[in-house]
Amino acid sequence: MIVFDRVSKVYPDSSIALEEVTISIEPKEFVSIVGPSGAGKTTLLKLFLAEEKPTLGAVYYDSINIHTLSKKEMDTFRRKIGMVFQDFRLLPNKTVYENIAFTMEAAGRTDEEIESDVPHVLELVDLSPKIWNFPRELSGGEKQRVAIARALVNEPDVIIADEPTGNLDPANTYDIVQILKKINDLGTTVILATHNKGIIDLLKKRVVAMERGKVVRDEKTSKYFV
Amino acid sequence: MTKIKRILRSGFFNFWRDSTVSLASVLVMMVTLLVIGLISFSGAILDTTLAELRNKIDVNVTFVTTAKEEDILNIRHTLESLQEVSLVTYITREEALTEFKERHASDPSILAALDELDFNPLGAVLNIKARDPSQYASVAEFLESDNTLSPGGITIVDRINYFQNKEAIDKLTRIISSADKLGFALTLFLAIISMLIAFNTIRLTIYIARDEISVMRLVGASTTYIQGPFVVVGVIYGVTAGFLTLLLLLPMTYWLGSTTEGFFIGFNIFSYYLRHFLEIASIIMVSGVLIGALSSILAIRKYLKV
Repeated sequence: MIVFDRVSKVYPDSSIALEEVTISIEPKEFVSIVGPSGAGKTTLLKLFLAEEKPTLGAVYYDSINIHTLSKKEMDTFRRKIGMVFQDFRLLPNKTVYENIAFTMEAAGRTDEEIESDVPHVLELVDLSPKIWNFPRELSGGEKQRVAIARALVNEPDVIIADEPTGNLDPANTYDIVQILKKINDLGTTVILATHNKGIIDLLKKRVVAMERGKVVRDEKTSKYFV
Repeated sequence: MTKIKRILRSGFFNFWRDSTVSLASVLVMMVTLLVIGLISFSGAILDTTLAELRNKIDVNVTFVTTAKEEDILNIRHTLESLQEVSLVTYITREEALTEFKERHASDPSILAALDELDFNPLGAVLNIKARDPSQYASVAEFLESDNTLSPGGITIVDRINYFQNKEAIDKLTRIISSADKLGFALTLFLAIISMLIAFNTIRLTIYIARDEISVMRLVGASTTYIQGPFVVVGVIYGVTAGFLTLLLLLPMTYWLGSTTEGFFIGFNIFSYYLRHFLEIASIIMVSGVLIGALSSILAIRKYLKV
């Protein structure tokens, strides 16, 4: 269970990104966080990844305040989370295979596991033919599927997707959303930040709406009103 | 073990795949190592030239013709026991005469004048070499004050050329000691500047990879696992640049050696390079590896804070 407990974040330039946000997310839930640019969606995700520290309040994962973790514990915690970004953030000097293998290596998996799991997860996102290509040789949709495969391969408890379809055309957007839904059906918590109305309508899952750093709506199955 | 293997493999791949950046870094590193290499040459050149100059300084004590050999040998013995003195050579009156004749072999008038005399007008000489040019003053002082030079109250010393050459000796001593200091300061300065340049180049290559590093951080890779490949790449830069520098020094010193041999008294850079190859190679290689690895470790720290 993930809990944001009265979390506020003020950046050094005094801009308020989050103000007293309280959200709890159950295991295996699919939550979409929606809102216009600057609403605080990305900051919320960054706080969960401990890329940023909250100014006030705390973020808990399974009752542990994640901002009190040591460096080593942080590495272990981050391995339980898969991340998908709008700009893909693949390692440019590594092939598709190596990009995914890197995450497994970081988690201390054996060579045998890597050799069997990487092709398998690429099959899942339908990208097997591109296994030896470099990121620069892939289209936007393909890059995002590599990113999802990378996020999935360590069988994480939670997948975080920050505007994963922001750079994609409608057909690719639909594919990516279907993949995320499938992942959730298999039992992984998914937190999706987006401002794409079509995605929300398609999903019919819980929606948390944010505006200017505050939660303005939280509905079990909702349509996108913002 | 698997971890080390993966770090090495990843480092090699990064070096190879980012070939433009690698080439630029290796070239810059080569300049640094070349400077370090040339510094060791200039040190050797300075040392041999200074040693050569030091050798040229000496003090001659010329005795009167009536001085007894026994007294002279006594003085020689006392001088040899002094700490400041490294060598005392005794030149007898006959030897002095032969030397004089040889030196003026092309001047018949002097030889004729010498033949006119029916005795040897030259006194015996003690040639004294001190361990350090600055010590001639104390040797000369000793000779002045020591009364063995005047057994029975009559001095047997005709002249000590230190007092005639004092100014020249002092000047040379000053030049030698400031050349030593200047050489050291310049060496240090050049070495630091070139290392900073290499460090900055590696820092730039890591700056280019900063997004990658943050992604690695976010997928939960440990510090060593992120840092390792960058350090490996730094070491490869160092080894490659070191190897190329050693190769480049061969034609460079060959050319410099023949053109500058006359200038640096009897010092040939090329043969010095060949004779001290192992020593120079290890200085350059170790510098390359250290600069590469340390630069990577220092430069990457900033991006590991995520």
